[in-house]
Amino acid sequence: MFWNEEIETMPRQDLEELQLKKLQATVKRAFNKIPYYNKRYTQAEVYPEDIETLKDIEKLPFITKDDLRESYPFGLFAVDIEEIKELHSSSGTTGKPVVSGYTEKDLDTWAETTARGLKMMGLGKADILQNTHGYGMFTGGFGVHYGCHKIGATIIPISTGQTRRQIEIMSDFGTTGLIFTPSYGIHIGEVALEDGINPKDLGIKAIGFGAEMWTEEIRQRVEELFGAKAYNIYGLTELMGPGIGVECGEQNGLHIAEDIYYPEIIDPNTGKVIGSEKSGELVLTNLEREGMPVIRFRTKDLTTLTYEKCSCGRTHARMSRITGRSDDMIKVKGVAIFPSQIEKALLKVGDVEPHYMIIVTRPGTLDEIEVKVEASQDIFFDGVKEMIAIQEKIGKSIENETGIRVKVTLVEPKTLPRFEGKAKRVIDERNLH
Amino acid sequence: MMKMKIKQLSVFLENRKGSLSKPLELLSNNNINIRAMSMADTSEFCILRLVVNDPLKGKEILEENNFLVKVTDIIGVEMNDAPGGLTEVLKVLKDNEIDLEYLYAFTHDKTNKAILLLHTDNLEGLISALQENNIPLVPSSEAYNL
Repeated sequence: MFWNEEIETMPRQDLEELQLKKLQATVKRAFNKIPYYNKRYTQAEVYPEDIETLKDIEKLPFITKDDLRESYPFGLFAVDIEEIKELHSSSGTTGKPVVSGYTEKDLDTWAETTARGLKMMGLGKADILQNTHGYGMFTGGFGVHYGCHKIGATIIPISTGQTRRQIEIMSDFGTTGLIFTPSYGIHIGEVALEDGINPKDLGIKAIGFGAEMWTEEIRQRVEELFGAKAYNIYGLTELMGPGIGVECGEQNGLHIAEDIYYPEIIDPNTGKVIGSEKSGELVLTNLEREGMPVIRFRTKDLTTLTYEKCSCGRTHARMSRITGRSDDMIKVKGVAIFPSQIEKALLKVGDVEPHYMIIVTRPGTLDEIEVKVEASQDIFFDGVKEMIAIQEKIGKSIENETGIRVKVTLVEPKTLPRFEGKAKRVIDERNLH
Repeated sequence: MMKMKIKQLSVFLENRKGSLSKPLELLSNNNINIRAMSMADTSEFCILRLVVNDPLKGKEILEENNFLVKVTDIIGVEMNDAPGGLTEVLKVLKDNEIDLEYLYAFTHDKTNKAILLLHTDNLEGLISALQENNIPLVPSSEAYNL
C-alpha cells in the first residue's frame, strides 16, 4: 500500500533532480535567513551557488547537536515566530535541550512522512491505532498522531503507562495497530498473558516501533507475542520527528523519505562521505522545511544505506536498523542519556570529581541502569542510615537530571577502571548491537 | 583529665566475598592490634568499625592502601558481665533521651567486667549522663591497650 505512490516509486534519476532543486532552495533560504548558516558558510567560503550537484553538499560544514543547543531556543528559525505553529523539544539531555519549530506546512510535511510509514505498515482508513508513545514535547507521540489523521485512520492517543488499561482499551475499542517501544511492547504482552489474555487474540494487524535500540530477536519476540508484523520507525526531533525512515512489508531496511530528507553516510572519524553499503554515521538534511531547515546534521547513529530498489516497488534509499552510536549516548527505556548527565548529577551531591560507571542491563524485558560510584570522603559517613540516604540522594539527583530511575551502588575507592584519555563510562550488557 | 573519647576507625567496604581480609591483613602486617571490632552491613556495602591500639597509624596505613577511613569518637563503659548488665546502661540512656546510633560489646581481662562501646550524635550528653549515674567510663588509653 502506498500513500504517495508517485513520489515513493519515482525513478532515481527524477528523484535526484527533485532533491537537487530542493537542496539548492534550502541552502539558499538558510544562508539568507539564518545568521548561523550565513556565518558558518561564509567562514567555510562556500555559498549557495556552489551547490550545482547533489555531491556538492559535501562542501557544506556539518551541524551538530551542540550547534543546535547553542542556538537555543529559536536561533535556527528561518521564519518569524508568528509563522511557527508548534514547538517540540528533545528530552534535554546535556545542558539545554534542542528545540524544533514547525510551520503549518512543516506539520503537514511531517504528517506526510508518517502517513507514508503507516501505509507501508499496511494500515489505512478502517484501522484503529493505539499510540503508546508519550505525547508532549517529545516528538514520538504527535508525529504518529498527525500521520494517522492524514491516512484517515482512528487514533487512540493513550501515551505510555497504565498497562492494564492499555490492554483493556485494545480489546474494547478493537485496536488494530500499535505503536510502542519494543521493550514496552513486550511488557504489555507479558502483562496481558499474566492476566490470562492472549495478545494474539486482540486482533492486532501491525505494530510500529522505534525510539529504542533493538535486535531481530526482540522483533521476533514482539511478533510472536502479538501475532502481527512489527515495523521499525526512525526519526529524530532535530530533523522533524518520527517518520524519517519506516520499514515496508519486506522488513528489509527503512525507506527514508528521500524527497524530504537527504541522507549521507560518513566516517565518524574523518567526516568523509563513504557512500552506500558501508556502515557509518548517518547525516541528514531537511529538504522540505520552512520553520527550521537543518542541513547536514550529524545524527551520531550508525547505519548502512542501500539504494537498491526494494521489492515493494519503492525507489527511496533504505537504511539498516541502527547498530550503534558514534558517541557515548545510551538509550534506556527510550530515553537518551549521556554519561555527562550522570556526572553532573553526581557533582551536585559530592564536591569532588566522581569516579563512576554506568551498567545497562535488560534482565527481563525492561532496561535497568546501575550506576556504580566510588565512595569518597565527602560521601562517606560512619552510619548505615546516612549512607543509604546518600545513595538515595544520588539516585534522586540522577533522576532529576535524566528522568530515569537508576540503582546506585557505592563501591570502594580506586576499584573502578581508570582510563588514559577518553574514559569508557558505559557497559551495555543488553547485547543490542 | 583522662581522655574519655575513643577514636574508632570506620572503614567503607563492599559487601562481597573476601572484602574484609585485606584491611585486616594490612593492619596485622603493620603490627596494629585490633581491640574491638564490629560490622554494620547492608546487602551492598558494610562499615567496618575498629578500635585499635594506634588509631592514627591504622588510619594512615589503610588510607595508603586506598581504603576509605573515617575517625569517629565513641565512648566505652564498663559494665557487669552478668545478666542485666547491659539493661542497666541502656536505662540511663533512655531516661536521658539519648538516641544511640550503634553499640557493640566485648569482654576483657578484668574479671566479670565487659566493655560496651557506644556511639551517638550527642557524645557530651552521653558522657555526663553516664557519669551522673556512676557508670564507669573506660578512658581511651585503656581501650587502646586493653
